[in-house]
Amino acid sequence: MSLHVDAGHPTRAPMPPSRRHVRPRPGRSFMTWLDLKAAPYLLVSPYYLLFLVFGLFPLAFTLYYSFFDYDLTGTVEWTGLGNFTALLDDAAFWRAVVNTLAMFVIATVPQILLALLLANALNKRFKLQLFVRLGVLLPLVTSVVAVAVVFTQLYGRDWGVVNWVLGWFGADPIDWKAERLPSWLAIATMIDWRWTGYNAIIFLAGMQTIPKDLYEAASIDGASRRRQFWQITVPMLRPTMIFVVLNSTIGGLTLFSEPTTFYNGNVHGGTNSQFQTVSMFIFEQGFREFDYGYASAAAWLLFLLILIGSAINFLLIRRIGGNK
Amino acid sequence: MTTLSAPTQTRRRRKAPGGTGSLWTATPMTRLILAVTIIISAFPLYYMIVIASRTNTEATDMPPPFLPGGKLGENIQRVLTNPDAHYMTGLTNSLIISATVTISVVVISTFAGFAFARLKFKGGKILLLLVLLTMMVPLQQMGQVPLYRLMVNLEWVGSIKAVILPFLLNGFGVFLMTQYTEQAVPNELVEAARVDGASTLRIWWNVILPAVRPGMGVLGINTFMLNWNEFMWPLIVLNPDNPTVQVAINSLNAKYGTDYVLIFSGTLLSILPLIVVFILFGRQIIGGLMEGAVKA
Repeated sequence: MSLHVDAGHPTRAPMPPSRRHVRPRPGRSFMTWLDLKAAPYLLVSPYYLLFLVFGLFPLAFTLYYSFFDYDLTGTVEWTGLGNFTALLDDAAFWRAVVNTLAMFVIATVPQILLALLLANALNKRFKLQLFVRLGVLLPLVTSVVAVAVVFTQLYGRDWGVVNWVLGWFGADPIDWKAERLPSWLAIATMIDWRWTGYNAIIFLAGMQTIPKDLYEAASIDGASRRRQFWQITVPMLRPTMIFVVLNSTIGGLTLFSEPTTFYNGNVHGGTNSQFQTVSMFIFEQGFREFDYGYASAAAWLLFLLILIGSAINFLLIRRIGGNK
Repeated sequence: MTTLSAPTQTRRRRKAPGGTGSLWTATPMTRLILAVTIIISAFPLYYMIVIASRTNTEATDMPPPFLPGGKLGENIQRVLTNPDAHYMTGLTNSLIISATVTISVVVISTFAGFAFARLKFKGGKILLLLVLLTMMVPLQQMGQVPLYRLMVNLEWVGSIKAVILPFLLNGFGVFLMTQYTEQAVPNELVEAARVDGASTLRIWWNVILPAVRPGMGVLGINTFMLNWNEFMWPLIVLNPDNPTVQVAINSLNAKYGTDYVLIFSGTLLSILPLIVVFILFGRQIIGGLMEGAVKA
């Protein structure tokens, strides 16, 4: 603040005689005002302009649309909360919610545990450190669509590598796309393959901020490595854990690309929508059925779901960290 | 980059006199975990090359092939000339979109980051908080219907403008550059420049820009990869004859579901730019990730 005062005053203070007659004085003070008072607002304005047009405007209109009934003939009718009550009665919507939550849990729980384990391994001393870290992060640079294409092939019923390997153990070929649980598992592995390494690197960053003395003291006291991991590392990682879990929550509950590509680019999510997520449901309602109102109402319910999910996970992690 | 090597060195230094180094030495178990992880990480990418370089008969053999064949050139030729995929258009569009969005986001975020971190102004704190709040909203899902109708009214459907503009909104970028500027540019430096009579824009150019360049790099790489991978919105707003590369793969996937080598070749080609970015900037990507994680 003092900065602005220092720089702002000289224009108002008496000027040296030679400059007193210079005409552009009002212009100068305008320039000073522009430079000191307006510049910060000008600098942040591009972001907020974009936010108004591509953030706030769509959000407001999604709310507005959700009160109307659109049909294919182009008639638009006010329905109040009709879309919301219809959604809550819609088995297809609930199926999408269950699918989304199930895939989120199946994917995220092992993913966080594996990422912790991996981060713990990465935190040790070994050669070729950068190479190993890059290897762990490699899946992240593959596009989601590419991941899904490869895994869809790996999970193929007739010529897929996974069924071939299961065949060694005498298992019958599984039709991964046909049933709920197999398709959820297949999609969850796609998510985990892509994100476990990323989360491990984030955990690693958190682990490196934990003071080493804690471990040294603990091992003098005779605590085993496993005990150190659960009683020092995990509780000390709480802030990082919150970041990772909230990130996974938002990502997991808005899942779209993997299941869509798994069904050859179709948002229906399998013949009986057995792996259709809420995002795919919204897409289908909005851009296949052209029921903008219904899609918009579903989008708001998805938002609510994300808020609830984030809150639950946040409280859960605070709890886990607090107990230890 | 410095963040990457610094912790390692302290660890090494501390290990020698302390004698508790065994705590941090990799056990065979550690090595096994890491080796298995790298194999699992690399396998699907390797398998992509295997299938993309085979024929469809070989790809559906039992047992499946695990070594690359010699048909890669031929298969890629088929992708590029496929009448339904418009693959070259897709590649060009993705490149234009990702580059334009990346440059704009980096500039917009650096401006805003400078203002939030080093210029004090009324409402600044609240405006920054607003950025953080909007990062929690899944705008992709929440805004797609109105945005689509906006694009219809502007007659932008089918044009890459409709993809570029919404993606210029990037709250993460503003947040990252605010954090980075705060850390990289001491307040005294800005004050000194001010006393010397430098204008705000000049301070940005001469003081801020040189100091935050590494942060801009991290944000740039991140934004590029994110936009290259973007799938849902381009699928909504573009037509199959003027796609992005992901939409082009989707067209192949939808129309030629059993032509595995065609789809795999297209997919392989689509991740090549990302692999190049990864090889060139891998160290910075990891450094940026780890730095961002600790601060968040």
